[in-house]
Amino acid sequence: MTTRIVELRRGILKKNDELAAELRERFTRAGVLVLNLVSSPGTGKTAFLELTLRRLTQAGAKAAALVGDLETDNDARRLAASGAPVRQINTHGICHLDAEMIGRHLDDWAGVELERLDYLFIENVGNLVCPSSYDLGEKVRVVLLSVTEGEDKPLKYPTLFNSADAAAITKIDIAGPCGFDRELALHNINEIRPGIRIFETSAKSGAGLDEWLAYLAEQRKVLKG
Amino acid sequence: MGAHACERIGLSSRPGCLSAGPAARRNAMHELSIVESVVEAVTETAAAYPGARVMSVKLRVGVLAAVVKESLEFCWELATVGTALAGAALVVNNVPLVVHCAACGRDAEIEGVQNFRCPNCGELAAELRQGRELEIESIELEEPEVGSESASQQVSESVGNA
Repeated sequence: MTTRIVELRRGILKKNDELAAELRERFTRAGVLVLNLVSSPGTGKTAFLELTLRRLTQAGAKAAALVGDLETDNDARRLAASGAPVRQINTHGICHLDAEMIGRHLDDWAGVELERLDYLFIENVGNLVCPSSYDLGEKVRVVLLSVTEGEDKPLKYPTLFNSADAAAITKIDIAGPCGFDRELALHNINEIRPGIRIFETSAKSGAGLDEWLAYLAEQRKVLKG
Repeated sequence: MGAHACERIGLSSRPGCLSAGPAARRNAMHELSIVESVVEAVTETAAAYPGARVMSVKLRVGVLAAVVKESLEFCWELATVGTALAGAALVVNNVPLVVHCAACGRDAEIEGVQNFRCPNCGELAAELRQGRELEIESIELEEPEVGSESASQQVSESVGNA
């Protein structure tokens, strides 16, 4: 018997990667900017998205949202009050959204055509671990971190923070009472993802939303250009 | 986090399930999908070498690939038992972070995943050269000796079947 080594250097594309690549192509063809919002449970993704959708809809932009939770359609109901089309994805136990779920919920979404949308927001299941492994075909991945969570969060979850294109600090209206160390948080986010765009926001007061909306418009221009 | 992977795929009574640590078992769903892709790629490659047996498969997994080595090993055992790949070893090589430092103009390896600072000059380095890989590096095959009786038997079998 002789031994033979076959060199491959071949990337492993799991099923989700293939589906995500198809979604990405579909989104690009349709000209819609797709964002994947990730964070711990309770960071304030829904409140942040609610205000974003309201402001975009008021400004005449066409935005829609898919929101993932294990159970309930509470978030979809809240977000729908903005006037934007919103659809709930219930995972019934799965701790992250994946490309198959996104594709399936887009396919039979009555009244929504990707070609007519400017923005599609995907609010992921609250989880800083598993979503890093599941590409959803998004153009922009936004990681959110609230002032109540501790400034070392990026160091604890480097894989997800490093995979993000932008970061949003939330609940800055209560930064004071929380003893939030802003410099340290900004420093730690940069240690894990040097140069990342960071937005400091409050869904309650509206702080930081102008900068965030300007970023969205800028990203949309890049997509179209 | 939801049902333990083994229960979901109906394997909770298998002895293999108990050999890996609890964390590897619980978080194995993601790695199972990866292992399925590896099995497919390896089977396809080995088909080009009739009569060969796969001895081992070497993977390169970056530290930022979001993949747990122990979970991969556990899933490999489950996925290959009873197949032509049974007994083949999975060798997982962890690949460290390498960044390109714009200040130094050089690439540098970073220890751990707690910062992206160039070890030479201390500046933050945004460009990642290495660290997210998830690939099959190579496959080790055992082939029958050319010219041996069994080899010529196998060759004539495969020719006969062509």
